[in-house]
Amino acid sequence: MHFIRAKHEIGAPASEEFGEWPARAHICSMIRPEDLLRPTPKGLYCPPGDFYIDPVRSGVDRAVVSHGHSDHARPGHGAVLATPETLEAMSVRYGEAFAGSRQLAPYGAITCIGDVDVRLVPAGHVMGSAQVEVKWKGLTMVCTGDYKRRADPTCRPFEVIPCNIFISEATFALPVFRHPDSPGEVAKLLASIRAFPDRAHLLGAYAFGKAQRVIREIRDAGYSETIYIHGAMKALCDMYERLGVDLGPLEPATLEKKQRSESQKFAGKIIICPPSASSTTWAQLFPDPVIAFASGWMNIRQRAKAGGIELPLVLSDHADWDELTNTVREVNPEELWVTHGRDDALARWAELEGRRARPLHLVGHEDETGE
Amino acid sequence: MQAFAALLERLVLTPSRNAKLQLICDYLRHTSDPSRGWALAAITGDLDIPSVKPAAIRELVVSRVDPILFNLSYKYVGDLAETISLLWPPRPGANRAPDLAEVIETLMESTKAQGVKLVEGWLDALDSAGRWALLKFVTGGLRVGVSARLARQAAADFGKVDVAEIEELWHGMAPPYLGLFAWLEGSAPKPVSSALALFRSPMLAHPLLSKAERLDAHDLNPSLISPADFAAEWKWDGVRVQLVSDKSVRRLYTRNGDDISKAFPDLLEAADFDAALDGELLVRTPEGGVASFNELQQRLNRKTVSPKQMIDRPAMLRAYDILQEGSEDLRPCSFHDRRRRLERFVVSLDTNRIDLSPLVPFSGAMELEKLRRSPPTRDIEGVMLKRWDAPYLAGRPAGLWYKWKRDAFLIDAVLMYAQRGHGKRSRFYSDFTFGVWRSTPEGDELAPVGKAYFGFTDRELVMLDKYVRDHTIERFGPVRSVTANKHQGLVLEVAFEGLQRSPRHKSGLAMRFPRIHRIRWDKPARDADRMEALESLLAV
Ligand SMILES: [Zn+2]
Ligand SMILES: [Zn+2]
Repeated sequence: MHFIRAKHEIGAPASEEFGEWPARAHICSMIRPEDLLRPTPKGLYCPPGDFYIDPVRSGVDRAVVSHGHSDHARPGHGAVLATPETLEAMSVRYGEAFAGSRQLAPYGAITCIGDVDVRLVPAGHVMGSAQVEVKWKGLTMVCTGDYKRRADPTCRPFEVIPCNIFISEATFALPVFRHPDSPGEVAKLLASIRAFPDRAHLLGAYAFGKAQRVIREIRDAGYSETIYIHGAMKALCDMYERLGVDLGPLEPATLEKKQRSESQKFAGKIIICPPSASSTTWAQLFPDPVIAFASGWMNIRQRAKAGGIELPLVLSDHADWDELTNTVREVNPEELWVTHGRDDALARWAELEGRRARPLHLVGHEDETGE
Repeated sequence: MQAFAALLERLVLTPSRNAKLQLICDYLRHTSDPSRGWALAAITGDLDIPSVKPAAIRELVVSRVDPILFNLSYKYVGDLAETISLLWPPRPGANRAPDLAEVIETLMESTKAQGVKLVEGWLDALDSAGRWALLKFVTGGLRVGVSARLARQAAADFGKVDVAEIEELWHGMAPPYLGLFAWLEGSAPKPVSSALALFRSPMLAHPLLSKAERLDAHDLNPSLISPADFAAEWKWDGVRVQLVSDKSVRRLYTRNGDDISKAFPDLLEAADFDAALDGELLVRTPEGGVASFNELQQRLNRKTVSPKQMIDRPAMLRAYDILQEGSEDLRPCSFHDRRRRLERFVVSLDTNRIDLSPLVPFSGAMELEKLRRSPPTRDIEGVMLKRWDAPYLAGRPAGLWYKWKRDAFLIDAVLMYAQRGHGKRSRFYSDFTFGVWRSTPEGDELAPVGKAYFGFTDRELVMLDKYVRDHTIERFGPVRSVTANKHQGLVLEVAFEGLQRSPRHKSGLAMRFPRIHRIRWDKPARDADRMEALESLLAV
């Protein structure tokens, strides 16, 4: 674990970088968690620091962003504090001018915002993803953002932080979500290529995080041939390479319309594309494509069937049921708050465990693409 | 169990027939006896094990999982077997995972009560895919989108033999089919069946094609048909079957060799003889006429049949051919000789459930053409032509039998709704509901009359899909409604085989086998057909 116990270690003092904040807040004798973080229609708000964590609407003055997925990282805020990787992902996706100002907060560094100490800690979700720890008057709250516990070759693993209030995501918080080991899922893809060497394998994967992780996992399984990527993947794959993740030989999956003869070069090959692209006419240009999809939702066969997915790969960047519940046990907070996802089921589990839990009913973190 | 579960999972999600065949074939190649035989039986529906009620398994699960969490999960997943397989809590120290043969052989020797206990232990030992496969076959109904016929075809591909050979053997064999696999692998001779009332691979006809469609030399030119070479008979609108009675054993098979005896005990009872007949399965109305294909379909879809159904819709066989009489195999004889034997045979029967499909006398090609175009009744699909000198040969031999169908009916209808297809097609709007004009007090309106999801090329599908997306006016779930009025709308030329009154359809009509014949990009929607045109077809 990296505990860099130095305030304002990076760059100029936060007060100048991270917008302006109000004068010292009034101190109550009784501190309630809601005084430090509270759900609002714009997202989780921190009154003493006057900032939002992962605001669900664009255009707040100050935002602390847990990671670069579009339901958490929106463009158009006044100031954004995030890990360097998240800030880079945001500029790749939204352009350099995605926010008025930005402040780098590497993992472990403590940034003082008003009276509040803010620290970003690895969440194991995608490159740069962080849990947000806020401390104020002896009260510690941790917001997980999105997270997972299992190994991911493209990002730092989740770290457990003791806290008073643990604010957990709940995307896959139903006991039916028990994700299998990743190597087994990748093996299914490679077995299918052997079984159907004449068919292109179109693998849908979210462009940021999932795509690069899948490619890396395929490499780790010993596959060294060229992997073809949809145009929408290129900039983010380049970013991963820049940040030190070797993705092996990649080439654009471009196909001139009607050039059937040329399309044959994709037979038996892996093509990674955004999930929505596999349902377009673009996909039909490939030879008899096997439509695959890498997502935690693929755990549910009915869901795969309804989506026309022939080869579902259960590869999730979110914690499954066991990871969620075991993490709460490990962190052992005084109170569990549940943000987006199946807060009803996780709250019920907490009740059975004799834990205090509170569903926040936060809206806006719906994963538009399945992760 | 792992490999079998992986196979089922893949089959459920694979739309293409060829890919399914390849998956099953690969499985048979990489799996040893007796597991592969049990797997084949599970897929063809020939597995006879005590079934476990879904309710009993539900009881098991709520004894281990909080009922509220279970209900939240079940509501989300929607399928009981899948929910349970996913949320079954792991039990540390469970037994090793059983293989498929072990599961099936143990179940076969156990009672229903023991079955539940066994299943519980296996659920602990298996992973979620294995649990799903287990629950699928112990609760009955594998439903992985593979017909028995397709599974037998895969076995034939595996052994590089003709599927007809397997079909003839099939009903004389029992799982796990060790003799069959030994033969398919080339390590033993073809098994000889001693079972009674076996299926005989049927003789099938080639379509008689119009001039433009004829390519092969053996495609018969209709103008050359002469009564000296060919016998003609009606092609009845029922289901082609084989009725076999062999000493005490009686069976009714479809032309694919599926045993449908259980659904037609009334017909089997009438088969009080020692012979094998080829014919058309029909059902009668209480008045004695032939009931519609719809009515037959409803009896076909049942596993068992009620006494009321047998009275309201009694089954009958209209005999085309005789393949065996007593111990004599008649298949090598000419059609001419078999027909004489058949006529004598049917006359001798003491039942009104089996009659003779009459020969249709004709003087020449012209007359036959007329008969085929306008057959005397609606339950006739066209004419069959059979060479007088042809023996009865399995499969579709060239030059001997022809079917000459009545022309399809055509109407111009307007596209009203489109729905996403299934499988590979789920990315396209490929199920099209169409309507025709009907007058109402408020003026003309479109009334939906049918739904078609094939007939178009891949290219046309892409164009139709684009049309739907560009002209959507409303969406509800997977369905879109498109602009369809007198000024704007897409006309589809729809071909269909028949039309019947049907109270179950909103329009009161049921179309048989509708498909999109042509897309009339050129035709204004206001010029599409009217309901009266369809009504007039009903009167035929
Ligand atoms: Zn995320
Ligand atoms: Zn998220």
